Amino acid sequence: MRTPDLIRFARDAATGNLLRTALLVLSVAIGVAAVVVLTALGDGARRYVVNEFSSLGSNLIIVLPGRSETGGFNPANAITSTPRDLTINDAQALLRATAIRRLAPLVVGTSEISVDGKLREVMVAGSTTQFIQVRSLAIAQGRFLPDEDWERGSAEAVIGAKIRDELFGPEPALGKLVRIGDRRFRIVGVLKSSGQGLGMNSDELVIVPVALAQAMFNTNTLFRILIEARNREAIPAAKAQAEEILKLRHDGELDVTVITQDAVLATFDRLLGVLTLGVAGIAAISLAVAGILVMNVMLVSVAQRTAEIGLLKALGATGNTIRLTFLVEATMLSLAGAVVGFVLGHAGAALIRYLYPTFPAYPPAWAVLAGLATALASGILFGVAPARRAAALDPVQALAKR
Amino acid sequence: MTSPPQIELRGVERVFQLGDSEVHALRRLDMSIAAGEYVAVMGPSGSGKSTLLNLIGLLDRPNAGLYLLEGRDVTTLTPDEQARVRSERIGFVFQSFHLVPRLTAAENIALPLILAGMAPRERAERVARALADYGLETRAGHRPDQLSGGQRQRVAIARATVMQPAVILADEPTGNLDRATGEEVIRLLEQLNASGVTLIIVTHDPGLGSRSRRQLLMEDGALRHDSALVNMT
Repeated sequence: MRTPDLIRFARDAATGNLLRTALLVLSVAIGVAAVVVLTALGDGARRYVVNEFSSLGSNLIIVLPGRSETGGFNPANAITSTPRDLTINDAQALLRATAIRRLAPLVVGTSEISVDGKLREVMVAGSTTQFIQVRSLAIAQGRFLPDEDWERGSAEAVIGAKIRDELFGPEPALGKLVRIGDRRFRIVGVLKSSGQGLGMNSDELVIVPVALAQAMFNTNTLFRILIEARNREAIPAAKAQAEEILKLRHDGELDVTVITQDAVLATFDRLLGVLTLGVAGIAAISLAVAGILVMNVMLVSVAQRTAEIGLLKALGATGNTIRLTFLVEATMLSLAGAVVGFVLGHAGAALIRYLYPTFPAYPPAWAVLAGLATALASGILFGVAPARRAAALDPVQALAKR
Repeated sequence: MTSPPQIELRGVERVFQLGDSEVHALRRLDMSIAAGEYVAVMGPSGSGKSTLLNLIGLLDRPNAGLYLLEGRDVTTLTPDEQARVRSERIGFVFQSFHLVPRLTAAENIALPLILAGMAPRERAERVARALADYGLETRAGHRPDQLSGGQRQRVAIARATVMQPAVILADEPTGNLDRATGEEVIRLLEQLNASGVTLIIVTHDPGLGSRSRRQLLMEDGALRHDSALVNMT
């Protein structure tokens, strides 16, 4: 039988029962669409986190008080109990390190900011002049904190764009006096609006000198020290030097954790990569189920077309020809389902991107290809048994059926 | 007889297993049919006439004995080789027509040509000729459920002859038709026979059987009576 005739014969057989064909195609399509959409979500999450981390500032090293076993990000690090304080002096000592370009100590807490009767709860960060560069933020109006003695600090504050809008509206914010906690500060700068920074949205941030923040929150220890290495290659050296200096200052005990942004990034990347893979695997199970459905439908088709198969044999069709016609039919149905699922899946991912523009929900190529291949393979695999059954039918008995 | 027979059966046996018991559908059958003969195989139900037809048509294999078709031993052919013989030398006409319901009349007629791998243009020519020969031109695009019984059987005959076989095997060809239409169909088959195609009809209708030049009477799997032998004595 010629190939174009084979394909046309299979197509006619498939369209002979439209409802059955449509349901089969739909089941395969759902499987493929699930793979595409779910991997888009998983990979989108991975990309989102990696992008956000990248936007924190490159060559970043973070010092945390307290020791944790793993080098990567450990949520337990958020709550620390350390015998020794990480002090402003510790931070200043780190300036000696040759591999370090700049650094900024960090204290955080929540407080209330009030001006002209308006009151708002805000996140307050206490830091120093280089914070803005280390964190890759930009000033929209005015200036950042001045370069002054870290242990003192003048009563100046820099506010985020959203805070500015909410408290001052159309009026200028620079030069105004505000009350933060129980102190008065003068606004000297407004930050440029930026997206989400992990854990701290800079638009809703108020930044004051670190010493005053420590007084405000009644703490002697720093939350973090943010370090920017000289360049990418200097990151390991900067990490080693920071650990060395702090160890010496802390009686030879390394009771701090120094993590590089790379390590954190790598952990997240790996974590979410595995998540995406797992999700793809689960979606692939639905494709295996669709394959079983193909087998079921094809077996029913063989049973219903028994007389036809007997006729074909009487007309001179070889077992191979009959096997091929059913196999081609199963393949066509799986292919149609795969294509429909591909379109549906991409449409779904596009919808997610439309609803959540900051979430990069793009289905990765490897997942899409794997989904399509699995759909086709399972369709063909599960089409073999019915095809063989059809070819093995006894023509006399087959013709005896109506 | 100067030329060898077209169809020759020697000591052919066919046994079916039905549960524990055996059914001897054909017992040590010896028979020969020359090319171009018009034969009716008759007998009560269970006599083995349909089994005989299936065997001659290579749809079934004998348990013992020899079947020579056009001088060639076809009993030991592989299934694929048998399929080839069926495609090229044999045409079937069934009582229940066995047209493929989702294909049109023209597509049904073209089926043997498609299976044989014939090129589309040659196929179209042959199908057009067949449609013309059997007066089905206006019905070419209709599906079987849009055709009358007589038209369906005409499509089936057109299909059976489109590969220009040497033998036509018809199993109760008028069984599902009314008398007048049946007459028409038999006339068509006889026309084919007149052009040299061997025609073997299985029927329980004595009127139909008497039209053929030779009658074979089967009973209980054996050949009880062969009208050709009677004429020769």
